Amino acid sequence: MKLFRFRGGVHPKGYKELSSELAIEKFPLPKKLYIPLQQHIGEPAIPVVHIGQKVLKGDLLGHSYGKISAPVHASSSGTVIDITDFAAPHPSGLSLQTVVLQTDGLDKTAKSIIPLNPFDLTPHETAERVGAAGIVGLGGATFPSAVKLYEGVERKMDTLVINGGECEPFLTCDDRLMQERADNIVDGIRIMLHALKLDKAYVAIESNKPEALQAMTLAGKQYAPQIVIVKVPTRYPMGWDKQLVKILTGREVPAGKRSADLGVIVHNVATAYAIHEAIRYARPLVSRIVTISGDAVALPKNIEVRFGTLVSQLLDYVRINTPEYRLVMGGPMMGHALPHANLPVVKGCNGIIVLSQNIASSNTSQSCIRCSQCISACPVGLLPLEMMTRIKKGDYKSASEIGLKDCISCSSCSYVCPANIPLVHYFNFAKGELRDQQLNQTKNEKTKKLAQAKQFRLEQIEKEKKEAAAARKAQRAAAKAKKEALKAEKLQSKSESA
Amino acid sequence: MKLTPKSAPHTHSGNSISSVMLHVILALLPATLFGVYLFGLPALFIVILTITSCLLAEAIALYLACKAIKPHLLDGSAILTGLLLAMSLPPWAPWWIAVLGGFFAIIIGKQIFGGLGQNVFNPAMLARVALLISFPLEMTTWVDVHPMFSNSSPGFIESLKITFFGIPNLDEISSASLMGQVKTELTLNNSVSSTLLSVNYSPMSTSIGFISGSIGETSSILILLGGLYIMFKRIISWHIPFTMLLTIFLLAALFHFIDGDRYADPFFHILTGGVILGAFFIATDLVTSPNTKLGQIIFAIGIGIFVYIIRTWGGYPEGLGFAILLMNAMTPLIDHYIRPRIYGRDRNGNPIQLSEKSE
Amino acid sequence: MLEAVGSVTTLGLVLGSLLGYASRVFKVETDPVVEKIEEMMPGSNCGQCGFPGCTPAAESIANGDADITLCPPGGKMLAQELAALLNVELDLSKLVDEEPLLANVKEELCIGCTKCFKVCPTDAIIGAPTQIHSVIKEVCTGCKACIDVCPTECLIMQPKEETLKTWHWHKPIAEPIAA
Repeated sequence: MKLFRFRGGVHPKGYKELSSELAIEKFPLPKKLYIPLQQHIGEPAIPVVHIGQKVLKGDLLGHSYGKISAPVHASSSGTVIDITDFAAPHPSGLSLQTVVLQTDGLDKTAKSIIPLNPFDLTPHETAERVGAAGIVGLGGATFPSAVKLYEGVERKMDTLVINGGECEPFLTCDDRLMQERADNIVDGIRIMLHALKLDKAYVAIESNKPEALQAMTLAGKQYAPQIVIVKVPTRYPMGWDKQLVKILTGREVPAGKRSADLGVIVHNVATAYAIHEAIRYARPLVSRIVTISGDAVALPKNIEVRFGTLVSQLLDYVRINTPEYRLVMGGPMMGHALPHANLPVVKGCNGIIVLSQNIASSNTSQSCIRCSQCISACPVGLLPLEMMTRIKKGDYKSASEIGLKDCISCSSCSYVCPANIPLVHYFNFAKGELRDQQLNQTKNEKTKKLAQAKQFRLEQIEKEKKEAAAARKAQRAAAKAKKEALKAEKLQSKSESA
Repeated sequence: MKLTPKSAPHTHSGNSISSVMLHVILALLPATLFGVYLFGLPALFIVILTITSCLLAEAIALYLACKAIKPHLLDGSAILTGLLLAMSLPPWAPWWIAVLGGFFAIIIGKQIFGGLGQNVFNPAMLARVALLISFPLEMTTWVDVHPMFSNSSPGFIESLKITFFGIPNLDEISSASLMGQVKTELTLNNSVSSTLLSVNYSPMSTSIGFISGSIGETSSILILLGGLYIMFKRIISWHIPFTMLLTIFLLAALFHFIDGDRYADPFFHILTGGVILGAFFIATDLVTSPNTKLGQIIFAIGIGIFVYIIRTWGGYPEGLGFAILLMNAMTPLIDHYIRPRIYGRDRNGNPIQLSEKSE
Repeated sequence: MLEAVGSVTTLGLVLGSLLGYASRVFKVETDPVVEKIEEMMPGSNCGQCGFPGCTPAAESIANGDADITLCPPGGKMLAQELAALLNVELDLSKLVDEEPLLANVKEELCIGCTKCFKVCPTDAIIGAPTQIHSVIKEVCTGCKACIDVCPTECLIMQPKEETLKTWHWHKPIAEPIAA
């Protein structure tokens, strides 16, 4: 299949060989599960259980709220012992509302509805079930998948792309999933095709995964030409969905819009697998494959982990062999550095990487020598060095004029910078400042309106008081005048009669 | 406790400024060593003096600016500036030319603008041009080739005397550089071809380097090899060197075709005057050249045009320094107007319009 | 040589005066900046800056009489925006509070006297007689009018609580300059 040009990108050392040959293991059931109510983009789930309630595996813990949201389910059977604020797997260390589940060791599943033939369901029903299963983008973005399918119901799409890129170093969870469970993934893709009323899906797999390519080609062969496996070049960030759209279709997603607006729906292979599980067996999303790797790990693994398992338990399982290390959730290019390991595994956690000081990037940076390697590396076509200079001066507005809002924070620029300048850090900081300024402005407008409304209301009350007082005065004056008039009349009549 | 988390990425390519500088210096070493061989120990002293004064000037400037001295000195940029400057000076120049040049290059050419990465003009070229205008006599005193280990080469003490006390028997020893000679003869109405014939000009020996001039002017082949090395290492791209050489070649070819006697042939222009050094090492200076590929091409065309104009119709025999400085001044302008197209946007920066398709 | 010095000096004087004359005659009138400043301000007329309202404060800033860090409810963000608008240097040390503070009711001390919500310019306090009052944080501008009138001193100013939604990356620390 003809592939279009790919701009920019870098070739970080892959380290995939550390775990790409290791089959998926199942992590033993932990005693406690800490399940956050927000593991997705959008509004957090609202809890529907109470403390002390007994739940079965797959039971609803929190329902979705609003258009862009997803429900959260119990990862095992047990008792809800707390609903509280617990540290989120986020660099800030701030907390999220979390359901703490004490497992009973039985791992009993809730009674599921008899699986139907998925191809008898209407697209709307399929989207509904996907939403009810709590499925979100498992490539790391955690965008609720049902929303994408609903869009496919409302508007006609023309292409389905399945993202098997996995371009981040160290991560091999999607690779192993494709090697071991290719048939299930293909089934999930077919269910999606049926829901979107499309007849062709492109599965993009990087060329550094030959076994996965083979497995998926074999699984998809019987459904050709519905399922087309496409080998894409190995380059970071090949997994960026807009980049895949450009490479496969030659069209670019306009700035500020999503690929769905172009008629292209992109889903990760793991999401396709989760959809297969949800529609065929009515199993909600309660676990995922996680790659635990890094040069500071003695035994790297690809493990199927239940959501709510603490990262510290995973680390004990694989054994870290250096005293000084950096803990990263996700890949080393875009992942979050975790402040400590007492945090739960969530839907977006595709890898836990433990880096020794040899690989982990250092903090010291020098001045920019304008070598423009960052410009060559940027897949979006931005000017990182120019944006960084403006942000350093505090001029966020002019930085956004040259494209800050289009930055996807892929870190290709920081990766190549010879001066080791934390470019992406500057951009994330500036994006945060701009967002704060925007919120502040909205708040200012709101409070001004409220202040004016209050002024107006007080003036109205004053006015009414005055009018009422004047009316009363007029009334009294009229009553007095009437009394006077009556008195005068009486006197007159008296004098007349006398 | 407020955490200061570490931002992504958590890995790095291993690129560093000092490795970039080191590779460029390595690429220049063969030509430098050959130049020292050609002109003897005085050339070596000049190289050492220029580099040392650059480092000293950098240390003084950093101290005055209250910045950390050691890391900046070790990043190699001052050494590179010194080496490039030394390669453009007359090999038997007096010691104070080297020292003045080094100080001017670093303090006025680089540190005043704010240090590494902030200068508008190439520091080595700035210093060379300043020296050329201020001390035209010393800067145009070229000598013939005196290969080391031969009878004509000055010994150690003699070399020290040359560098610190001036060239003895100046009138006998000094000789014009090839470009200078051609230009002077043209004013005397002697055609280019007759001049070249009289000095036994041969493109082969010119490119190997047995001509008088600065170290950077002599061995074109070694410099070309060095330039290809840093291109292979992806420190520079082909856009500037190739475009600049092509522009000069085409312009020279055009005028040579029109009047072969007045205008020298294109190969002469490429092989003399340090054009190859300028194309690969000076014009491609990371700080002072444009960021985008198209911008670099425009920049290189501009340099080519200016070099040819100044050489042919200007007052100086070789215009590389001036041409580069003029185009360095245009770099911010080029960078402002020439930007890559952002994904999802058109050339003007507006989001691309979705075509109205009815599916 | 004297001619050279004389002619260049004269040239410099003539050109300099031409430039000065041109800068006065062809001066570009800027838009009224007072309105722009006032738009940026919280608009609650709290008076903490010492001026009777946001409009006179905006005028003083435009004149240059007042410093751009004068508004506590506006905080660092307003000072930064004003610095960008007016092209002046921002001296953060003059800020009264680092971040804007919001009012908070200590519920165990509230007696439900209704004095506070009557003075709140943006109606950010909800309550009724003998009911415990509460502050709607999204609407409070930090003007401190309520603090002054509360008889039981149950209203305190607290910095805005940081949540995962409001958190963002800090500014990268620049390369340290060694003496």
